[in-house]
Amino acid sequence: MIDAILNYQFMQNAFFAAILASIACGLIGTIIVEKKLVMLSGGIAHTSFGGIGLGYLLNIEPIYGAFGFAIAASLAIASIRRKIGTGSDTLIGMFWALGMALGVLFIGFTPGYPPDISSYLFGDILTVRRMDIWFMGALTIFMILAITSLFNYWKAYLFDEEFLRVLGVNSTLLENFLFVMIALAIVILIRVVGIVLVIALLTAPPAAARLYTDDLKKIMGLAVGFGLIFSFSGLTFSYYYDLPSGAVIIITAALFYFGSVAFKGRNE
Amino acid sequence: MAYAVELKNISVKYGDLDALKNINIQVPEGAFLGIIGPNGGGKTTLLKVVLGLIDPVEGEVKIFGHSLGQAVDQIGYVPQVSNFDRSFPISVLDVVLMARLGGKVRFFHQYKKEDKKKAETVLNQLNLLHLKDRQIGKLSGGQLQRVLIARGLAIEPEILLLDEPTASVDASSSSQIYELLKELNEKKTIIVVTHDMAAVSSYFDSLACLNEKLYHHGDKHLDRETTEQVFGCPVDLIAHGHPHHVFSPHREEENND
Repeated sequence: MIDAILNYQFMQNAFFAAILASIACGLIGTIIVEKKLVMLSGGIAHTSFGGIGLGYLLNIEPIYGAFGFAIAASLAIASIRRKIGTGSDTLIGMFWALGMALGVLFIGFTPGYPPDISSYLFGDILTVRRMDIWFMGALTIFMILAITSLFNYWKAYLFDEEFLRVLGVNSTLLENFLFVMIALAIVILIRVVGIVLVIALLTAPPAAARLYTDDLKKIMGLAVGFGLIFSFSGLTFSYYYDLPSGAVIIITAALFYFGSVAFKGRNE
Repeated sequence: MAYAVELKNISVKYGDLDALKNINIQVPEGAFLGIIGPNGGGKTTLLKVVLGLIDPVEGEVKIFGHSLGQAVDQIGYVPQVSNFDRSFPISVLDVVLMARLGGKVRFFHQYKKEDKKKAETVLNQLNLLHLKDRQIGKLSGGQLQRVLIARGLAIEPEILLLDEPTASVDASSSSQIYELLKELNEKKTIIVVTHDMAAVSSYFDSLACLNEKLYHHGDKHLDRETTEQVFGCPVDLIAHGHPHHVFSPHREEENND
């Protein structure tokens, strides 16, 4: 496989995609898990399918469509959620299904043969292109900067948003920013594990990492590491045995998480 | 002289429901005020108005004669312990350091040495320094409550606002917390919101009774009539156990000690 990575561009792309996906899932996944935004992120991911459909219909890159839809959906969910207060799971469910419905509709309107959407739904790391890598790389760098430069505020925001507001910090701004970053992470992960499987890659690495440490920074680091293990296992299996990469990544991640729970449970 | 906290004609509505109606309170500097009332009576709402978390439909809040916006750093807030996710990966020291973040978001913010020193001093004052690296889920309810008080103090405020500080702690930690507050009261104005009549003890030097409207505000000698008005039913004014005989301490008893 190492030979292939050195010699074939599609393997190089897959290699970088695995790294970028791991960074995204480690950083944003930790925040999502600790802030209990898992279902909300699932909602945003599924809403972005509307953008993929629109991309096909308008003949632009589907991933750009997904990018637009994901950001619009996350900001819309954030602002409606603030208005209606708690009970956002109805709202999330609504966006979830509406996005999928729009996607199906747009694809139906697209002239010619229906495109193959399964790589967007379930991901395929071997079909990631160089252009995707540049795009994913830019988003990842932005995300790393945003999280490291405001780390103390993120930590405070995740733990006690109200106290931050009492201090006079604009927590609405932080929240909107966070939601945009969730959208970015989802877009990065779509090419690798797909819309349907995104939630598992966002949650399993940080949830497993949480079992081994009590420190937010270490959880993020460890989650990136676990993400790398899962992504490369997916890459390996899909290279040697022609298995779907997204599914292998998610199954490894889930097995690892359940294994960690069992292992840590026995120790305590 | 300006009052530490002054509320003029405050009204708050949730939709069509009145949460607070024409509340007027003047809290002098150095007071130890207890705000009591039934659950849903608007105590927490009142606290949040003072903190600027809820905008009243009417009325104004003055802190030492200034508007709220100019006085955020004068108020230390201690929220209810039950609001927190105890499994959150944060250490005691990091919780207290939050107070030193300041109101402005700065990129690449790092806590300064003096911030850490301040946080450690406060933790030491509250006998928590040995727990500073512990994750908050591994603390008892009383310890976590004191950590939150430490965070409130690390702002270096003139006024400390506490929301149900004894709601999730046992009786002995509860009196420990009130002892601590009494001590802090020597230098700071303290306002405590509680629905726990037993905790309305000799510690407070004035009381306010709140159930949508303010029924009583002044010294801590409550009569049965007022409490019936506020709570809608007779309330046992005599608290059991320690500290006993809270509402009208007898002189003889003090002499006996």
